[in-house]
This record gives sequence, structure tokens and C-alpha cells, in this order.
Amino acid sequence: MTTATFNKISALTVLYRVFLRDIKVAWRRRSDIASVFFFFIIAASLFPLGLGADPKLLHAIAPSVLWVCALLSCMLSLPRIFAADYTDGTLEQLIIANQPTLLIVLMKTLAHWVLSGLPLVLVAPLIGLQFDLNVNELQVLALSLLIGTPTLSLIGSIGAALTLGVRGGGVLIALLILPLYIPTLVFGAGAVNAVSTGMSASGGLSLLGAMLALSLVFAPLAASVALKIAVE
Amino acid sequence: MNWLKFSSPQTFYPLAGKLVPWFAVAATVLTIYGLYLGLLIAPTDFQQGDSYRIIFVHVPASILSMFLYVVMAIYAALGISLNARLSYMMATSVAPTGAMFTFLALLTGSFWGKPTWGAWWVWDARITSELILLFLYIGYMSLQSAIDDKRRADRASAVLAIVGVINVPIIYFSVKWWNTLHQGSTINMGKSSTMAPIMLKAMLIMMVAFWLYSVAVILTRARREIEDRERNSEWIKQAWLQEVKE
Amino acid sequence: MYWHSLNDFLHMGGYALYVWVSFAVTFGSMAIELLLLRVRRLKGQKMMGGAIQ
Repeated sequence: MTTATFNKISALTVLYRVFLRDIKVAWRRRSDIASVFFFFIIAASLFPLGLGADPKLLHAIAPSVLWVCALLSCMLSLPRIFAADYTDGTLEQLIIANQPTLLIVLMKTLAHWVLSGLPLVLVAPLIGLQFDLNVNELQVLALSLLIGTPTLSLIGSIGAALTLGVRGGGVLIALLILPLYIPTLVFGAGAVNAVSTGMSASGGLSLLGAMLALSLVFAPLAASVALKIAVE
Repeated sequence: MNWLKFSSPQTFYPLAGKLVPWFAVAATVLTIYGLYLGLLIAPTDFQQGDSYRIIFVHVPASILSMFLYVVMAIYAALGISLNARLSYMMATSVAPTGAMFTFLALLTGSFWGKPTWGAWWVWDARITSELILLFLYIGYMSLQSAIDDKRRADRASAVLAIVGVINVPIIYFSVKWWNTLHQGSTINMGKSSTMAPIMLKAMLIMMVAFWLYSVAVILTRARREIEDRERNSEWIKQAWLQEVKE
Repeated sequence: MYWHSLNDFLHMGGYALYVWVSFAVTFGSMAIELLLLRVRRLKGQKMMGGAIQ
């Protein structure tokens, strides 16, 4: 093998290892992952409990409630992307090592999404049934979350990187990230709401796709700049 | 003239000190003139009655709230790309004034909306985006105060400001889209299409007055910021002693 | 002058509450901003006075 191919292979391996490692480390603390997942379920049930069981009302608020709860549970698990590695010095090593920080951030964000976003995509339709959503709406809900939750992880990684080791981290992340989450929320819940009123979800879903594309390009960049600022 | 020499806190500090009084006086004069024209001379509005006069503070506040955010982001970007301490200090100095104007825009807008459309709050695109702008300002200031290491605080909040400014058009667009989806208020937010020239004149004067005020306040805050940060350096002690003698 | 009397002026065509609260809060906030800067200057002077001693 030439040096070039050797380096190319090792780069991919390293990235894959970063991804896998994050999953493994998080899996050892399964309860952390699970508790955020259960947060989603519990928070969603607060709304019927607070508002009453009128099916029409629940049906009307369901897209927004489910989207907001998904957004909030995503946000709760954001510190996990970088915090553990930051405190034990691994993060510094990863940044100094030869691989571009950008890709390391991307892999860690992907791991976050797999553990925090993807489960929501799978369970939200089930919760949606409690809110009397029909099959069409549930499909669009799942699809919107599938496209939207990666965006939430990506934008969230910026907040996580900025607030590394800062006191008041969790609430501070919320303050910084929630305004940036608003377009995703609007497009996502909007897509499901559109289907509820008989319109097409394609508008909202394409806009969600655009947000994902934009975040894929810019968020890891911003997050890696923020990481370097935090670590030096 | 070599403007670059003012890019260090040490040279900027006395320059700012000299400029502030000019901007302060100009701001005061224009405010008085603008209010005179707007409150005393301008006639009442055919549709809205005298409540329209709120625009003489509402519109300048909104414009400035958005303008200052962009200025803050530019200083942030300059700080990161040039690694210039003074740029960071300027960004820090802009934020509180920008946030204040955002708050004022929302409040005066609310007081204008109530008599005009019957509601204290309306979730239309511009108002909602302005609210989110306030959140962005608050986020910026919170992040700065949460990080103890000044250098890191500067740079982290600079990143946040830049991320924020890129997001503002996206946020505005998304809220607009959301509005059309929900067929929200069909309220015509545009200022009455025919504005008497004197109303427009008064409004523009107030806009310039608010801008002049902002410059004076921001330069003053920048001086306070420099004093805080350079407290232990010789030159600031000399400068202070100098001022005390005067 | 558009107004015929001081009372008319203060009355603002019935919109007195809205107009005057808006203006009061606006200029009041600016006054507070200036006041806070003044306080900050005094605090800074106190500290510098200590530093120079």
C-alpha cells in the first residue's frame, strides 16, 4: 500500500472508531440515554393531563407538543456530546491528533443523534396515537422527526461546544440553542399540521431538508471552532 | 491618517473619550428637534388618530435593534479573524444597548398595537422575529457572563454572535412561512402608505438621534470595558491620574 | 403647532396612556442606561484609586 492509501484508510478507521467509541461509552451509561428518552414520553403526557382529554384538542396540539418535547429531550442530552471527554482530557487529544476536528465533531454528533434522536423518531408515532393522530399524520410526524432531529443534534453541538465546562451549562445551552431551534420546530410541526388540515407536507419537509443540509455544512464548522476555543 | 493606530485599547481610549461629548450633544439636539416635529407640529393621522405618534420611538428602536445586532456580529467576526482585543470589547459594549432597543421595540410596538388592532400582542412575522432577536441578545450576554476567563468568553460569544446573525434571516423566513401556513393575522403591518412628509421627516430625525445616542453610549461603555480589563496596566493609571487633574 | 391647548396635547386624542407610557419607558430606559454607565464609572474610579495608592 502506498502511504496515501494507508493514510486514507486510517482516517476512515479513526472516524469510525470515534463514532463507535461514543456509542460504547454512552451505552455503558444506558440509564442516561434511557432517562432522556423517558423524559420525552413523560413530558408529552403532561399536556393531556394539563389540558384535559378532549380528543379534538389533543389532536390539534399533538404535532407541536410532540415536536417541542422532542426538541427539549434532544437538548437535555446535548452536554453528553463533549462533556465527558472534556473533563478527562480525551477531547484535547482528539483535537491535537491528525484528524480534522471538523470530522471528529461530525462523528460525535452522529453518535448523539443515533442515541438521542433516532429513538424519538421510533417512539413518537406511538405517543402520537395517544393524541389521536391518524396514519398520514403519524407518517409525516416520523418523517419530519427523522429529517429534523439530526438538525437538532447538529445545531445543538454548537451550544454544547460553547458551554463546555461552564457553570450553569444545561440551562445556558437552552438559552443559546432554543432560538436557533425555532426554524426547525416551525418547519417540522408545520409539516404535520399541514397534513392535518389536508394540505401537503412537502413544503415543510423540503424546508426541513434544507435546514439539515445547511446545518451539515455549517454546524460542525462552528462547533469545532467553539471546541478549540474551549480547549486551549 | 493612519486609522489602524486606533485599533489598540490604549489609543482608542482617549479618542473615544473625546468623541463621546459630540455624539451626546448631537443626539440630544436631534431628539429634541425630532420630538418637537413629531409631537407638536405633525398633524394627527387620519386612520389611527394620535396613537400613530408612537412610531417616532418605535421605528427608530426597531431599526437600531437590528442594526446593532449586525454591528455586534461584525465586531465579533473582526475579533475572531484579526484576534483583536478591541473588537471583542466593542462587541461586548454593543450588546446591552441593542438588547434595550429590542425590548423597547417590542414594548412600544405592543402599546401601538393595542389601540390600533385591539391586541397587546400579535404573532406576526416581524414581531415574533424581534422577540427571538431579544433572546439572541440575552443568550450572547449570558454566555459572556457565564465564562470567567475573559479571553474564552470573548471568543465563545463571538462565535455565538456570528451563528446568530446567520440565523436571523432563516428565523425571519421560518416565522413568515409559519404565519402564512396558519393564516395568521391579516393585519396590514405596513405604515400607512401615504405618510405626510413631516411625519417621515420626524421619524428619520429620531432614527438618526437614536443612532447618535447609541454611538455615544457604546463608546462610553467601551471605555468602561477597557478600564475594567486594563486595570493593572500603567497607561490606564496614567490616563486616570491625568483626568483627575483636569 | 398642531395642538390648541396643553390639555389637548396631553390628552393625545384619547390615546394618552399608550403614547405617554411608550415615550416614558423609552426615555426612562435610556436614562437608566446612562445612570448604570455612570455607576460603573464611579466603581471603576474607586478601584483605580485603590490601585494607584
